[in-house]
Amino acid sequence: MHAFAQLLERLVYTPQRNGKIHLLKDYFTTTDDPDRGLALAAITRDLAINSVKPAMLRELISERLDPILFEYSYDYVGDLAETISLSWPSKPGANAPPALHEVIDALSTAGKSEARRLIEHWLDAMDASERWALLKLITGGLRIGVSARLAKTALASFGEKDVNEIEEIWHGLEPPYTELFAWLDGTGKKPATDLPGMFRPVMLAHPVDDNAAPDFTPKTHLAEWKWDGIRIQAASEGNTRRLYSRTGDDIATAFPDIIEAMDLAAVIDGELLIYDPKSSPFKVQPFSELQKRLNRKTVSKKLLESHPAFIRVYDLLHYDGQDLRRNTFAERRAVLETMFKDHSFRRFDLSPLVSFKSTDHLNSLRAQPPQDAIEGVMIKKKSAPYVPGRPKGEWWKWKRDPFVIDAVLMYAQRGHGKRSSFYSDFTFGVWNEEQTLVPVGKAYFGFSDEELKDLDKFVRNNTTDRYGPVRQVQANREVGLVLEVAFEGLNASTRHKSGVAMRFPRISRIRWDKPTAEADILETLKAMLPKMSADSK
Amino acid sequence: MTAFEDILRPTPKGLYCPPGDFFIDPVVPVDRAVVTHGHADHARSGHASVLATPETLAIMAARYGDGFAASRQEIALRDKIKINGVSVTLLPAGHVLGSAQAMVEFDGKRIIASGDYKRRRDLTCEAFEPVTCDVFITEATFALPVFRHPDDRSEIQKLLKSVEQFPERTHLVGAYALGKAQRVISLIREAGYDAPIFIHGAMHKLCDLYVDFGVDLGALSPATLKNKSGEKQKFAGKIIVAPPSAFADKWARRFADPLACFASGWMRIRARARQRGVELPLILSDHADWDELITTVQDIQPQELWITHGREDALLRWAELNGIKARPLSLVGYEDEND
Repeated sequence: MHAFAQLLERLVYTPQRNGKIHLLKDYFTTTDDPDRGLALAAITRDLAINSVKPAMLRELISERLDPILFEYSYDYVGDLAETISLSWPSKPGANAPPALHEVIDALSTAGKSEARRLIEHWLDAMDASERWALLKLITGGLRIGVSARLAKTALASFGEKDVNEIEEIWHGLEPPYTELFAWLDGTGKKPATDLPGMFRPVMLAHPVDDNAAPDFTPKTHLAEWKWDGIRIQAASEGNTRRLYSRTGDDIATAFPDIIEAMDLAAVIDGELLIYDPKSSPFKVQPFSELQKRLNRKTVSKKLLESHPAFIRVYDLLHYDGQDLRRNTFAERRAVLETMFKDHSFRRFDLSPLVSFKSTDHLNSLRAQPPQDAIEGVMIKKKSAPYVPGRPKGEWWKWKRDPFVIDAVLMYAQRGHGKRSSFYSDFTFGVWNEEQTLVPVGKAYFGFSDEELKDLDKFVRNNTTDRYGPVRQVQANREVGLVLEVAFEGLNASTRHKSGVAMRFPRISRIRWDKPTAEADILETLKAMLPKMSADSK
Repeated sequence: MTAFEDILRPTPKGLYCPPGDFFIDPVVPVDRAVVTHGHADHARSGHASVLATPETLAIMAARYGDGFAASRQEIALRDKIKINGVSVTLLPAGHVLGSAQAMVEFDGKRIIASGDYKRRRDLTCEAFEPVTCDVFITEATFALPVFRHPDDRSEIQKLLKSVEQFPERTHLVGAYALGKAQRVISLIREAGYDAPIFIHGAMHKLCDLYVDFGVDLGALSPATLKNKSGEKQKFAGKIIVAPPSAFADKWARRFADPLACFASGWMRIRARARQRGVELPLILSDHADWDELITTVQDIQPQELWITHGREDALLRWAELNGIKARPLSLVGYEDEND
């Protein structure tokens, strides 16, 4: 438990991806089975554990600490598990702290009163970090900013494998992943990969550089619209039906409507989208509507009815028992077209081809897509096999131009790591009707290192107030700094004062020359909101 | 009969002793001041006369220049002197080099104003000495049951492990220039790390002063670099100690991929560490934690416990539960952030 607790302590404070990978890798190297596998599962939240109610923990601490002293403490710290872990009185001469697997094993069989007794003894034997790890683990509150993809990348780095190899076998594995670690250690063979419904690592596209676009011709390439949803992989083999995100996370429980409609023997690659039930099926709704169904463990019946999901299919990896990934894109597309000709599916439709004459023609198509839900075009080489990762020169994405507004810098916050001495996270706003600034977004990239120095200098010289690591800067009708902000799209948002939320905002230009009073107004921004189909709101 | 309040009482300028006509750690310039230790909120410049340990006077001179007070009087720890008929003795407080508790005796009564103190070992200063008294005036910086500082050696091990794990990065350790910085350096040395430790310019004077008073800090080098490319990498894998304020400063840019560490008792609270953008919190404090505060009161067994700067409420509650007469002094002007 000690090593696990120390790992968590480091992970929660480490912002950079590489730092996290490094820490995980070191932990896998120095920790034995089954603890390292259980820790991995705990971090990626794949660990089934009998959880404990906070009320029981409150009861335990009330037997050790005066309730008023506890309230003072809780009020100061603000987190129950942390307060208990810190204020639990140490007991000299208590037993040695348990290993992670001992905790998990013991809790899996213990009844309620037995669990209570165990936890009490463990708390006595542990130090504050271990107590925190234990309490977060058993209350289900362990959130430390490590995604499944990041954990797999760390595993790959630890075993010197390609992360795609890990992705391929991942869904056949279960905690504590002993087989996996044996393979990564070099002491065992690679776990089996021929499981039905396994995830196939996805093929990705390169962005087209506007100034150096390759030569696309209808003879060599096919083009499709780039739909504004999320990339998924749907696998239906034998009795197994699965739905994966592009990084291999299983998202089936959030989309029972898709799973239920998956009556095809295939593994498909496509875009997950939402349609309006009152209008025609397959009529795409804005991304913000899809967002309401993302990141959920379960989904209500009401939401299933108001926000039905469907998949716009653009590739076929496996069909009728056959792996098609070595076939060319043109061949796979042909099978796909036959499939949709022979059968109509309730929740699957075929991504239509976009006919084009030349690169220039594609450029004008991507710049002015016919629908809000289209982000640009995808261009795929006819001869391309399906290769995981981002192979050069096979698939291309060419996005429409970003939206651009002029906003006024309002607040700046210091960055992390290399940027910890720079004010590098910028909050900006636009004018409302009363001519006051309303914050509309936050951006921390898009500028060069040189520009960052200038921005930092501006912030330091124009600070009007400080709140912890945040500085407020001068920003009114007469003085301030205008930033040109580019973003991919806009969602209506009830959580933001401005009523809008930007997608992928970045600073595209610093307008040292522009007077603040000439920055954009909120109405301009609101006019950019995607239109919902007429009767859906 | 003289009441305790007639011997020592809280005033807006600080603790005042009417019969002796002197203040302890006054927050504004006064005629006669007894200063417990050299931290800026306790030791201010501009008093007419200052009584303190030789170390504290040297620290004040290093910080404010030789003219920090019109006259100064050195007194060794445990020596007794009389000020207008009131006996004053300075006892070791274990907080920083030269730190002392001020013991005031008058008319058969004894009051100890502890200033800031801690009870755990610290190779850079003399250990706290508990002495029985009628009134004990304690600080309350970390007076909440959530503050139980871990073993300082295990905290330093965290730092050394990280230096080993991330040899390409520069470990920037934030530590207050007086006391904490030297204690951190001393602990790193004690753990067997003998490579040079680099220090921020603002720390040279005080580190030199510690060395002059016989504290071993090993090899220290200035954290400066020549204006040449490639110099940035010079500090990769090195430990640099700097005042916390330097992190937000342009100064921090000279280092290769800095990893922000901060040595402070406040690092126990996750939200605090996160708010400061700290990547490696080191829970090292020069103030007594909850257990130390309680042990100290139990060791001394005063008739009355007076509580100053910090979180008085919890300690008052504890005293109430344990049948100890206690009151808050509500002194102003002491910053409990300085740890």
